Amino acid sequence: MNETTVILGATSGIARALARELAAQGDNIVLAGRDMESMQTMATDLTVRYQVKVGIVPFQALDFENHPESWKQMGHTAAGEPTKVVLCYGFMADQQECETNPEKARRTLDINLTSAVSILELVAGDFAQRQSGTITVVSSVAGDRGRATNYIYGASKAGLTAYTSGLRNRLYKEGVHVLTVKPGFVDTSMTKGLVDPDSPLVATPEQAARDISKAMDAKRNTIYTRWFWWIIMMIICCIPEPVFKRLKI
Amino acid sequence: MTVKETLSGWGNFEPRQCCAHYLSSPTALQDWIGRSQDTYIARGFGRSYGDPSLNSGSNVLHQSPRNHFMAFDESTGLLTCEAGVSLGEIIAAFLPRGWFLPTTPGTKFVSVGGAIAADVHGKNHHVDGSWGAFVHLLDLLLSTNEVLTCSRTQNESLFRATLGGMGLTGIILQATIQLKKVQSAWVKVDYKRTRDLNDTFAAFAQHAHNYRHTVAWMDCVSKGAGMGRCVCMFGNDADIAEIPSAFRSAPLALPSKLEKMVPLDFPSWILNPLSVKAFNRLYYGVHGDSTKIVDYNSFFYPLDSVHHWNRIYGKRGFIQYQAFLPPETAEKGYEKILERITQAGCASFLAVFKSCGPGREGILSFLDEGYTLALDLPNIGHPLHRLTRELDAILIDNGGRLYLAKDALTTRENFAAMYPRKAEFMAVKNAFDPNGKLVSDQARRLGLVEGA
Repeated sequence: MNETTVILGATSGIARALARELAAQGDNIVLAGRDMESMQTMATDLTVRYQVKVGIVPFQALDFENHPESWKQMGHTAAGEPTKVVLCYGFMADQQECETNPEKARRTLDINLTSAVSILELVAGDFAQRQSGTITVVSSVAGDRGRATNYIYGASKAGLTAYTSGLRNRLYKEGVHVLTVKPGFVDTSMTKGLVDPDSPLVATPEQAARDISKAMDAKRNTIYTRWFWWIIMMIICCIPEPVFKRLKI
Repeated sequence: MTVKETLSGWGNFEPRQCCAHYLSSPTALQDWIGRSQDTYIARGFGRSYGDPSLNSGSNVLHQSPRNHFMAFDESTGLLTCEAGVSLGEIIAAFLPRGWFLPTTPGTKFVSVGGAIAADVHGKNHHVDGSWGAFVHLLDLLLSTNEVLTCSRTQNESLFRATLGGMGLTGIILQATIQLKKVQSAWVKVDYKRTRDLNDTFAAFAQHAHNYRHTVAWMDCVSKGAGMGRCVCMFGNDADIAEIPSAFRSAPLALPSKLEKMVPLDFPSWILNPLSVKAFNRLYYGVHGDSTKIVDYNSFFYPLDSVHHWNRIYGKRGFIQYQAFLPPETAEKGYEKILERITQAGCASFLAVFKSCGPGREGILSFLDEGYTLALDLPNIGHPLHRLTRELDAILIDNGGRLYLAKDALTTRENFAAMYPRKAEFMAVKNAFDPNGKLVSDQARRLGLVEGA
């Protein structure tokens, strides 16, 4: 029986790579997002390349009222009933801009955290009822500790990480697995111009997708991609606060 | 999004700063073109060696985000895909289903758009022709923001200008190409060693017509008696019965190969006449006459498994000099070229020599019936420029030309002499790009655009 994976935020850099990675393994795919034209192009590519079934559903993170309808549609596409859901979208604006423009700050929190809670509670309820399924949430290393250069984005991801961990705790006894993914730097449109893609610290979306797919199969709880970010973050988290607050970081 | 990038071709020769853009759909491209007054050129995976995909101080539009398959017909083998799809992706998706590329250059890290723009060729050119022969149609986004479908029956002059047109007619959005049905992922190869250039020509004359794939690794360091000696590789697609028994139950699968990587630029003294001579002697010595069954990856893409092999040439980079000569003058012309190169002591290891078949699909297509020789020349500054001028002169005297996908140094005058159909190409280009927005550093250098 083939699995069906819903990808929320299907046109993000990581999502595109993950859709291919999972379809290559035979998963049918439901693409959920805002850009119908891009998702149609992706869907055609996935069916031609991997000969799997693909469904497309409009999904707007900030359209909270329509989340129940969206989720219902995701359950009724040609790709079949979802057995896995991956939340793969995020919003990262310039930190300085978020400090002076409350709208941007609010948008960051609404997209990265509030919308995630809204849609995933719906997913959690259904999967719990079925007593099976896997939920994967792409958070970020930025959520491990707030730092001056990125704390509004970091706060939203810190919230998301705590939410996902609580969800994992709740759903364990229902037979539903929850995976938290914490990427460091990945070469996508979110980080274009901010990081040097040739740096060994920067993962390609394909590498991140492979890490995520393997972790989903192995039923890991939390992973960093790439793996060495757990060392970097452990060091960062160990720095005592009286020292950390003085750093330009 | 826009990023300033320092770009070069595969030869790492004279990198230039360009404004790089990653626009991932035709709509995004049209939006950008509509708003922009500046020049631009498309870039695939940057596997051309010189400057065809550079545009110093101006725009380079990366096509790699546009890498979607659009349709595949199992009964005909016709594949329609975006121009940013790589040949490697096509193989990965379709070889397991029994389909291979109809012809392939020496690396699979080339985009479909790049393959069309350079009208690439492979080891089967003498039988099947170039990449252009297998392109049924393409959609071209002009600088006027119009999209035209081009084929042998529709907008034909634009089709013929785009094949081998180095991206100067417009941005290729998608293309329909003909894949080839294959039984296995293996090639049966006969290795033959030749003593010198004369012997090499004789070997091709005698044997090439019996094989679908022919190529020779030529020793470009030995002077005198052994000059132009080769290890010839003549191959045919292997039937299932011919492949190693361990792989017979899965004839389209491959042995996994350990990928290596050159992690940093080597110091420039590593490749010198002595080390190259030693390597050539070893390579020539190791390969006697024999027959082997070789997997497609090792036969068609020997260098792809060493990622960043171009770093072996160090920070100063290198150029690749790839020449074509017609049958009447090839032997005498290549003899002069080899004499000049071996005399200059320019270390070029493992040059590639091949016989070619008739027919040029595009106005500026490189090959025709005759012979091609490709060799690497390290960037040693002015002596290199002098050497290539002299080699160009030999080519022009003998009715030959250079491959634009490899060229980094030739002059406007030499190019005009090598490509007498230049005016015909420019007439088409100027008709469809009246404001001259499609510009590359190579186009400026060769006088293919005004105001260079």
